[in-house]
Amino acid sequence: MTIRAFVPRDSGALAVGADEVAAELCRLAHERGLMLDLVRPGSRGLYWLEPMLEVDTPAGRVAFGPTTIADVPSILDAILSDGDHPLKLGLTEEIPWLKRQTRLTFVRCGIVDPRSIDDYRAHGGYRGLEHALRMSSDAIIDDVVKSGLRGRGGAGFPTGTKWRTVAQAGRGQKYICCNADEGDSGTFADRMLMEGDPFMVIEGMTIAGIAVGATKGYIYIRSEYPHAVEAMNAAIEAARRTGYLGDHICHSTDSFDIEVRVGAGAYICGEETSMLESLEGKRGTVRAKPPLPAHKGLFGRPSVINNVLTFSAVPYILDGGAQAYADCGMGRSRGTKPIQLGGNVKHGGLFEVAFGITLGELVDEIGGGTLSGRPVRAVQVGGPLGAYFPRALFDTPFDYEAFAARSGMVGHGGVVVFDDTVDMAKQARFAMEFCAIESCGKCTPCRIGSTRGAEMVDKIIAGDKPAADIAVLEDLCNTMKFGSLCALGGLAPIPVLSALTHFPEDFGLAPRRLQAAE
Amino acid sequence: MKNEPWDTTRAAEIIAGLTHKEGPTLVILHALQEAFGYVPEAAEPMVAQALNLSRAEIHGVVTFYPDFRREPPGRHVLKLCRAEACQAAGGDALAAQAETRLGVTFGATSADGAVSLEPVYCLGLCATAPSAMLDDRVFGRLDAHRLDALMTEAQR
Repeated sequence: MTIRAFVPRDSGALAVGADEVAAELCRLAHERGLMLDLVRPGSRGLYWLEPMLEVDTPAGRVAFGPTTIADVPSILDAILSDGDHPLKLGLTEEIPWLKRQTRLTFVRCGIVDPRSIDDYRAHGGYRGLEHALRMSSDAIIDDVVKSGLRGRGGAGFPTGTKWRTVAQAGRGQKYICCNADEGDSGTFADRMLMEGDPFMVIEGMTIAGIAVGATKGYIYIRSEYPHAVEAMNAAIEAARRTGYLGDHICHSTDSFDIEVRVGAGAYICGEETSMLESLEGKRGTVRAKPPLPAHKGLFGRPSVINNVLTFSAVPYILDGGAQAYADCGMGRSRGTKPIQLGGNVKHGGLFEVAFGITLGELVDEIGGGTLSGRPVRAVQVGGPLGAYFPRALFDTPFDYEAFAARSGMVGHGGVVVFDDTVDMAKQARFAMEFCAIESCGKCTPCRIGSTRGAEMVDKIIAGDKPAADIAVLEDLCNTMKFGSLCALGGLAPIPVLSALTHFPEDFGLAPRRLQAAE
Repeated sequence: MKNEPWDTTRAAEIIAGLTHKEGPTLVILHALQEAFGYVPEAAEPMVAQALNLSRAEIHGVVTFYPDFRREPPGRHVLKLCRAEACQAAGGDALAAQAETRLGVTFGATSADGAVSLEPVYCLGLCATAPSAMLDDRVFGRLDAHRLDALMTEAQR
């Protein structure tokens, strides 16, 4: 009998000991003379259960977690005897946290071997590309438009519209640029997907290339993600070997190839024009728009720039799923959103669900409250530039417009949970400090405003003349919001003002009525 | 981490092997740092000449990006996440602990040359916060005890 087992190679699992568990499993199997087929997939995204060890059974995969080296012998006994074990979670697919999700983008993540293109194909991979190769450029773009897909990086721009602009931008060299500079704290969906299902990113970029007439793609991955860089490079090599990248992909007339480029620790390079500068080998300073990157992008050529999750949504849409994708969601936010729960949360991880779920459901039901066991006080949604929401706003549904209506943003879908020990004045100060550290320096409101902003927060906390200082801070925030060249300076006031509005007592001020925030 | 000592011949080879790429500056700087552990000032005119750019442009790129070191690092590099998700899980206390034990502030190398302490703004391990990276290994669910063990390992 051969035991087919799965221990993730996702860096989130490695960070809590997955390699050690895998090594121990191999050692024990060898010692006991057992045949072991060990697969290292991505993570299922249930991080509080990592390292999660799964084993194939006739009924499906059965999971154990969170495991340590010490648990491996008894787990192996339980596997061999089909017996019980304190860490046994039952069939993985039946774990309620996973079952409640709608996994369209993360459908294979944690299941397939990210190093195997055969495994990807066996699980429905490359069907979208095969359709696309038989379709006209217009028909591909029509499908993307019909799906209602909007940019998953944070801005939510309609993807089909962007692609059409590039397709219509004449002939000559064009580029596909995948933004994998996932710098927002609290987000890790891009990382998980690149590590767990890299071929899907490649397939989505390839379809984009065919649709707009581009033959070269770059994927810009932040240097903080070495495991994702390795996984993407390995997948690109495999795709080249099997004719899915390179000249005449799948024996068609279309050619497309991808190169990984690694960032160098600058948060601003997640901003699309700054990323282009960085790809060109320059300082990552923001470009003024227009011209739009769709007209003059990388090396001055028409370029599609999309996030990892945006490209990854495309294979499903092109595999006859455009209508099904559009049928998910609410309002103008169609499809699913991979939401990431992190920080001080009991059940942190990746929760992909149709738009419309409320913040309260996510934090309390899905996340299970804080890891520390203390009450949830604040939640930051959408990264370092996203608003801090108090419990009073937990009825906000996940929807681009609904969050915007409450002076917040969905962004890349990161949800960071804080318990009641958080000092919101400190968090507000950090938002300005972070902006000051990461500002590219090109425009004055961001470069100087962020430093002055941190000073103003200090003054307010010191409490000499709070009313006057708050007026100055609000004025400064407006200057940054309306005067900055890009979203870094433009959005940095959001966490600051939300903290001040919803948690005035932390600044030594009397509580204000909540309505003032909305 | 094993780095080669700075060597202009070796650096010239690395640069020459990458100039064919589109917009190769960052690729070259990464390759130099991979080999030597840092990008010395002496490398800047070499890269500039190879790419037909000014020395100022290369200097501007090297100094813009936090990743590129201008001095050799310690024998180990400890990166602690200082971003919000790790703050929510007690990251600030760990940062203070690391500074105290190593006797340095972030961005510096301990006096014995063992450990360079660097801040990092998110490793994407936010569901297993607080997190850190020691050389090329990642660590999550850190607490005072585990961080101490990491530093002991690095200082050995």
